[in-house]
Amino acid sequence: MMANDQDRQESRIDEPTGTEFVGHEWDGIEELNTPLPRWWLWTFYATVAWSLVYVVLYPAWPLVERATAGTLGWSSRGELAEDLQRAEAAQSEFKAQLAGMSTAELLENPELMQRAVAGGAAAFKVNCVQCHGAGAAGYEEFGYPNLNDDDWIWGGDISEIEYTLIHGIRWEGSDQTRLNFMPAYDGVFEDAQIDGLARHVLSLSGKAESDAASAELYAQNCAACHQPAGEGDQAQGAPALNDAIWLYGGDLDDVRTQILNPRHGVMPGWSDKLDPVTIKMLAAYVHSRGGGEASEVPEETPGDAPPIMEDEPEELAMAERSDEQR
Amino acid sequence: MNSADAPSTVAEPRDWGSAVPAAKPKPGGGGSGGPPRHQDLYEKRKSVHNKRIDGPFRRFKWAIMVVTLAIYYVTPWIRWDRGPYAPDQAVLVDLANRRFYMFDIEIWPHEFYFVAGMLIMAGVGLFLVTTAVGRAWCGYACPQTVWTDLFQHVDRFFDGDRNARMRLDKAPWGPSKIMRRGSKWTVYLLISMVTGGAWILYFADAPTLFVDFFTGEAAFVAYATVGILTFTTFWLGGFMREQVCIYMCPWPRIQAAMLDEQSLIVTYKDWRGEQRGSLKKAQKEPDKYGDCIDCRECVAVCPTGIDIREGQQIGCITCALCIDACDRVMKDIGRPRGLIDYATLDQCERESAGAAPEPAWKALLRPRLFIYFGVWGAIGLAMLFALGTRAHTDLTVSPDRNPPYLLMKDGAVRNAYTLRLRNMEARPREMEIALVGLPAGSVMWTDAINREEAAATQTVEVAADQTRVVRAYVTVPTGESANEFTFRLTSLDEQREQDTATTTFTGPGDL
Repeated sequence: MMANDQDRQESRIDEPTGTEFVGHEWDGIEELNTPLPRWWLWTFYATVAWSLVYVVLYPAWPLVERATAGTLGWSSRGELAEDLQRAEAAQSEFKAQLAGMSTAELLENPELMQRAVAGGAAAFKVNCVQCHGAGAAGYEEFGYPNLNDDDWIWGGDISEIEYTLIHGIRWEGSDQTRLNFMPAYDGVFEDAQIDGLARHVLSLSGKAESDAASAELYAQNCAACHQPAGEGDQAQGAPALNDAIWLYGGDLDDVRTQILNPRHGVMPGWSDKLDPVTIKMLAAYVHSRGGGEASEVPEETPGDAPPIMEDEPEELAMAERSDEQR
Repeated sequence: MNSADAPSTVAEPRDWGSAVPAAKPKPGGGGSGGPPRHQDLYEKRKSVHNKRIDGPFRRFKWAIMVVTLAIYYVTPWIRWDRGPYAPDQAVLVDLANRRFYMFDIEIWPHEFYFVAGMLIMAGVGLFLVTTAVGRAWCGYACPQTVWTDLFQHVDRFFDGDRNARMRLDKAPWGPSKIMRRGSKWTVYLLISMVTGGAWILYFADAPTLFVDFFTGEAAFVAYATVGILTFTTFWLGGFMREQVCIYMCPWPRIQAAMLDEQSLIVTYKDWRGEQRGSLKKAQKEPDKYGDCIDCRECVAVCPTGIDIREGQQIGCITCALCIDACDRVMKDIGRPRGLIDYATLDQCERESAGAAPEPAWKALLRPRLFIYFGVWGAIGLAMLFALGTRAHTDLTVSPDRNPPYLLMKDGAVRNAYTLRLRNMEARPREMEIALVGLPAGSVMWTDAINREEAAATQTVEVAADQTRVVRAYVTVPTGESANEFTFRLTSLDEQREQDTATTTFTGPGDL
């Protein structure tokens, strides 16, 4: 309850303090009109003066397009640009070191490798996650391969990964791109033969029973690239068929579909978009995901190691991207 | 400065009004008198020119000033050997590396609760002190008080004592006044710069920073900090002074709520002093007048310029200089000391009813004090115990969620984990990570240990005073499954400190 004695306000004085009452009273407690210290007023004027200076120096008044610029020319974008420049400059030594060494040498240098992996992780988030996913686990339903596992179609040591990154897979932009094609067997064999062949492919990893005729068919048509036991051949980009990992699905129907009408993924080469150091860092990151192969021993390829490209496209190809393209 | 602002700790009405004879408004009287009929919206500050005084409390204040300033200026220069991997500054707040060093204690960011504990102790400590001896913090140890005191001594050194300073204040500006003010403010500025300068030494290696600062190589933030602290010291200590206590600081308000009738405060014993009158009058009519001869010495020496005889008020920081002043006057006129004295309101009540004066320390024997002390001590002991027994090794694990698991070529299921191995010793340590509770044949490798060397235990080195982040890849062989399991971290030194972290293993069937 507020007894507002505005009328009696003609400066009633509080005895002990000698201060005027304001005239507000709450349950017998009255408000005194204690004066503010004078310096408080000056402080207030100082803040007003400060704001005038600020308005002149810094962006302040919002206009239609943008705010007034301020005589100092400061902007948050400009500050960000400076920060970025500083960060770039701080990395220049590291990048120069990286530019001067091969990826295989990089693996021998844990400290640089750590920085490269961190840099690669950042670049991966910008350039690679669209297909390979944020966790680099790929998408089986689209045929984007998982980069975390130890199954590599075109080779999983760090320099092979780097090569794939530079030239891409079935990528028109590079004449050194990784290239192969598996022929379509639609119309070549009977349905029963295709069934048997698919079952034989599954039997290589113990998932189905095979028979002699299908084994024969496999040996004649598939073993050249996929190898007799289905171990695959990284040199030609022929995926292993005897393991637990399937790019386009691993049940009977999936395998049949792939034999009849194989899909061929495409991955762009990145040499025209990313600088070599970033590509090295990306290679380091992909290699560090837990499935990277050691690179010190040269690949012991059986007999002749064919050049990667110029092969007759006749084998099942599984690559790092599956645009419906031939 | 008005007693209406003063803490009203008195539960039942007491007749303190009789101690306030100057209640009648007199024009132009400011704090002690009344304003003119139409009072100003703003109040001009009245400069305080406190008179020099000597006495036990002044000497105590000197001692506290020397000790607190010495702690402030000397601490960053104390060296403390921590071996080759840690700084050798005894007290260092290393913001860049997020470490806080205090002699043998090193605090990491995750142990900030120790700092919180120290702040709680400081808080409870202030409650304890306030309950016992009132606003002793304000009167003796508060930086605002210490620096204001210092600046008031500078005033006295350049401009003389109270009367001379008041004369100079009123004198018109002329060459001599400009000279005096200029040199005094220069000294203010020097003190302020040294104050700001010492502050930054707590945040970096003091000798290095000291040299860098003068060769212009220190960080911008160092110069900015010194600049800001120089300005605030100059302004708050040199010019604002008691205005900070009266208008800005929340602490007097909080303390007012913690004082009660049993807290020691600086009190004018009105029943003994009133009716006040000059010595001559008192000698003529001894029966009519009390002990107070109205010499206003207590007002003259007060660093906040109040009249303690008006009773408890927000402007009183209980520095007790008025006790020194009054005791000296009482001695001179041959009356017992203690007309103004440390006493509780309860003691005053009993004394005014005729009891003999009680020694002030008796006020300290109260349960509330022991409870505060108990709480304060318990927090301290708990912190010491926690500090003494804390492990210098720590492991945290976070499983990858994307992908939650994946198959390897041979059908084995792999999960990935991010481990953080913490080494809080100031030396590099080898640590062993082991898998506990996974099926036989489960192995682990890391981003730094090749898959060819996968095993159920791995050894990694963690740099001195660092946390190492390790990505661990764990596979459970084909046909086996797993759910909960544990990473066990063991330091491979004589301490063999251990920490474990339990996490989950996800397989194809778990989603």
